[in-house]
Amino acid sequence: MDLDSLTTTSGEWLRGNGPESDIVISSRIRLARNLAQFPFPNRADDAARTEIESLLKDQLFDLAVGTRLSYVDVRTLNDLDRQFLVERQLISREHAESHGSRGVGISSEENLSLMINEEDHLRIQVLHSGFALDDCWKQIDQVDDAIEERVTYAFNDELGYLTACPTNVGTGIRVSVMLHLPALVLTKEIQKVFQALHKISLAVRGLYGEGSQAMGDFYQISNQVTLGKSESQIIAELKDVVPNIINYERRVRDALIQENRQGLHDQVSRAYGILKNAQTITSEETMHLLSSLRMGINLGLIDDLEIPTVNELFIHTQPAHLQKIRQESLESSERNIARAGYLRLRLTDDDDDRE
Amino acid sequence: MKKCSRCSKPSTLHITEIQEGVAQELHLCESCAKQYLAAPEPMTSESDEFAEKLSESVSEEESESYGQLVCPNCGITFKEFRSQGRLGCPHDYNAFAKELTPLLENIHGETQHVGKCPKRAPEASQKQYELIKLRGRLRAAIDEEDYEMAARIRDEINELEDEVHSSGDDD
Ligand SMILES: [Zn+2]
Ligand SMILES: [Zn+2]
Repeated sequence: MDLDSLTTTSGEWLRGNGPESDIVISSRIRLARNLAQFPFPNRADDAARTEIESLLKDQLFDLAVGTRLSYVDVRTLNDLDRQFLVERQLISREHAESHGSRGVGISSEENLSLMINEEDHLRIQVLHSGFALDDCWKQIDQVDDAIEERVTYAFNDELGYLTACPTNVGTGIRVSVMLHLPALVLTKEIQKVFQALHKISLAVRGLYGEGSQAMGDFYQISNQVTLGKSESQIIAELKDVVPNIINYERRVRDALIQENRQGLHDQVSRAYGILKNAQTITSEETMHLLSSLRMGINLGLIDDLEIPTVNELFIHTQPAHLQKIRQESLESSERNIARAGYLRLRLTDDDDDRE
Repeated sequence: MKKCSRCSKPSTLHITEIQEGVAQELHLCESCAKQYLAAPEPMTSESDEFAEKLSESVSEEESESYGQLVCPNCGITFKEFRSQGRLGCPHDYNAFAKELTPLLENIHGETQHVGKCPKRAPEASQKQYELIKLRGRLRAAIDEEDYEMAARIRDEINELEDEVHSSGDDD
């Protein structure tokens, strides 16, 4: 697969056409699977890791799941390309930073990725735009079945699918929904959401699903329990909870508009102004301002910009993407200048004659 | 514009930190933000958080006795598992069953799988685990340059792999 060609495209999941996509960016399901006859990747030596990779890679190529997969040998990639795949949400940070034989199979629409030799031998991931957990499950279940016809998974009747970390044992499933919650953050109502989710053992994380740091008002909500509940029960829990958060965010947005339309309009317009005119801008400030802008478009306060463009800008202004687009390696301060330039180009395409 | 919470210059970066389900807002100026972001990466995955919790909760004494517990197939000790948070091979769930059960209860609240099952039953699982052990012995034999032994183990592995394949596949 030619990674450079990805710099001009964006994954299907960023198109912003899925259900509830004003607030739900994407839905994701991943399954952790291991082969019964090998040690887990952290305990496998080079020879075993290579054997695992070639065995699983062979299965990927003749998966009859209605999509073409390209295989990327992550071991041979340079740091920038690895980081690029992380920003693209096609591999995890852990997979990028690991060592030894490993790779990823990626579908051309970027909905499906299969990581080999991550924490587990195989991590299958399906990603869709908007609130579409059933679509994710249908697809991933099919892929899992197709692979399982060809290999022997580590599984027992009592504990289900056996995984390197006991936090994943059982179904091996992680169901996640990425939400954009600027109004709840602005009004600090978000804390109530966190507390409620914590009580029912759902986890909340930042944009890339890791760390405690959340930027640009994006939050990923996912299940923590994987044993003692079926896949459909786990999915149903998220399907119950997420609409409540969506409605909460919408109610607060409505209230904000009614109480202080002018203030909100001002905030959104200023964000747009900075993004269109800045000469140097950090990735963090960009995230923050794009978040305002995204809310402004959804509330009809800005009408000359589309959501998919903003979704794409979140990804394309990340460090590795910027460097791939510019085809050169850039220091942090150079990236800030390149980022501002890219934003000006993308946001002022058609209105050069405005001033 | 809000002031930086560390030095009171105007803030440009706004971060919501979540700890134990409680959100905390952080407003930072450009230079404090640089420092903040340069700080060591936060935990990267559920497994890492789990590993940290695990290693914190072990007493010296327990840690000693866990050192004696070893998986016969991959050679990992329970003590190593406690410090890394990652198991060594699928057989560890049998080898450390007694020690793992309370942990699983703690994490998941349940200890019986009720979800999807592979359609092809892994009937030959004992043989699969045996393969893990043989591969370990093969590596040791090669390390010790005992090539005669290595060749014998290689034959055993091939034989076992054939058995596993013929019992697992109908095609
Ligand atoms: Zn400061
Ligand atoms: Zn083991």
